[in-house]
Amino acid sequence: MVNSIPLFVVIPLGCAFILPVIGRRWERAGDLFANLVTVTLLGLAIWSVRFIRETTVYHVGGWGAVNGIPIGIYLVRDGLSIFMLVVVNLIAFVATLYSINYMEHFTDKTKYYTLFMLMLAGMNGVILTGDFFNLYVFMEIAAIASYALVAFGTEADELEAAFKYQVMGSVGSGFILLGIILLYSYTGTLNMADVGRVILDKGTSNLVWFVNVLFIVGFGLKAAVVPFHMWLPDAHPSAPAPISAMLSGVLIESIGVYPLTRIMYNVIGFDGVLSNILIVLAIISMMIGGLLALWQWDYKRLLAYSSISQVGYILLGIGLGTPLGLLGALFHLFNHSAFKGLLFLDSGSIVYSVGTRDLREMGELDRRMPITSKTNLVAAMSIAGVPPFNGFWSKLIIIIACIQAGRYGVAGWAILGSILTFAYILKAERYAFYGKAGRDLADVKESPPFMCVALIILAVICVVAGLMLLPNVRETILFPVVNTLTSGTEYIWRVLR
Amino acid sequence: MIHYLLGILLFVIGLYGVLVKRNLFKIIIGLIIMEYATFLLFALVGFREHGTAPIQPGVAGKVFVDPLPQALVLTAIVIGLGTTALIAGLAVRIYEKYGTLDIRKIKKLKG
Repeated sequence: MVNSIPLFVVIPLGCAFILPVIGRRWERAGDLFANLVTVTLLGLAIWSVRFIRETTVYHVGGWGAVNGIPIGIYLVRDGLSIFMLVVVNLIAFVATLYSINYMEHFTDKTKYYTLFMLMLAGMNGVILTGDFFNLYVFMEIAAIASYALVAFGTEADELEAAFKYQVMGSVGSGFILLGIILLYSYTGTLNMADVGRVILDKGTSNLVWFVNVLFIVGFGLKAAVVPFHMWLPDAHPSAPAPISAMLSGVLIESIGVYPLTRIMYNVIGFDGVLSNILIVLAIISMMIGGLLALWQWDYKRLLAYSSISQVGYILLGIGLGTPLGLLGALFHLFNHSAFKGLLFLDSGSIVYSVGTRDLREMGELDRRMPITSKTNLVAAMSIAGVPPFNGFWSKLIIIIACIQAGRYGVAGWAILGSILTFAYILKAERYAFYGKAGRDLADVKESPPFMCVALIILAVICVVAGLMLLPNVRETILFPVVNTLTSGTEYIWRVLR
Repeated sequence: MIHYLLGILLFVIGLYGVLVKRNLFKIIIGLIIMEYATFLLFALVGFREHGTAPIQPGVAGKVFVDPLPQALVLTAIVIGLGTTALIAGLAVRIYEKYGTLDIRKIKKLKG
């Protein structure tokens, strides 16, 4: 079914258009429509998994190739895009479900859902597009919506964080657009597959290297890789909890890590130098993110630093470039969205009931908020890498991949990183849920039903996601996704066919 | 070649403004300069010596300016308008909350 591809962009975009019109009269419209949209998209994404071995190309507006040269915009659905679609729409579904109750104490829910839908449309577009300029446009849609969502509370610190986020984000977009322009001047085309073909014909040059650097800086800024991470610990905690979950869980991956991976592997071609750059960036991110997380007393800020550190793991697997490393990276990407989404939603439940983000003011919450504390424990065990949970398997695969590739030092850093993860998450667990209460918390109650349902869904996913590695299951889901990356520039011929 | 370098130079000037200036609106102006440097560069990439407008019918064999970058720059300018409006709005709200435009005095968040 080729025609289901544009629906991932059209449905949320249409919803973002309709909501402000009908939301004026009917306040519940946002809750209803946004949840319907995310359920539909999640269903559509899971249904698409049956096509995970194929590459399907949708020509926007029917503009196909002329004499073998693509002239229109292509949307490309292959294994990697389907995998990312499932991840993004899963977290979006849980976040909208959670928003029903959580966003009650904000003023304008309709505007919130409108921005949410725009962000979702942008992310789905980035994942599906096969065209460089289209990638830039969708990335900006997602980014602008996320700037506005970070500032949604319009208090002093939220505005400050949003300003910082937007300045850094715009600089990143500027670098990416500059890279796209230079690539266009070198190849004379914007279609990703066609650009790849021209580079294969002409060979790489210094200009292509310069473009590589621009993309690493630009997408590195979007993904908050360490030298470019300053905005993330401000922006992600300041947003409302479901948005924090979206930003940390999927946005930095879908508009930062995913395009970088796609361009490096499938368009320009991956080599040893790029691999070393990514590995060095990954190790710095893991260490600095983890160390700074240890110092934090603000729960959401601690989680934001932990995102930097976990994205380091994903980049490490991608940088290794071996099939096992890529498997670990993609699996960790899925797991990171699940457990980091869950941790941010739990922190939101605490803010909702206790009214603080400071770990020193919490405590004894395991008795007062049983569901939040149990789900938080599951997520904490996942991120710390305790065996039956999903985070253990992905980190194990990445470390084994390092050893298999003969990079023992890198494996050592990865192990050190997971010890750091264990340390800071234990600190949060101990102070928030088990320690003595910093102040009187007698009237704290468990959060409302929709929030609890959202938490339980993600907790179940954290527990069972490890099953994706079982034989037969991994051959049908994970291996085709890894194949789209390891087959490298064959992507070009699958798209241009 | 020289005009490409000038475009890059303009981009770097904008980047300098973003990184060095302390006033919120000067930072925004830096961002705008950066954006417009990329647009200028994009339009220059499509330029051909002695090229004409790409809309005349029936003149095969003539040199045309590449129309694609022009169309894309229009799209990019609209995106730039959106981001600039949003960030200027944020700066105004920040001024209402903090009573200053100096980023050295706007630092509730740190650590």
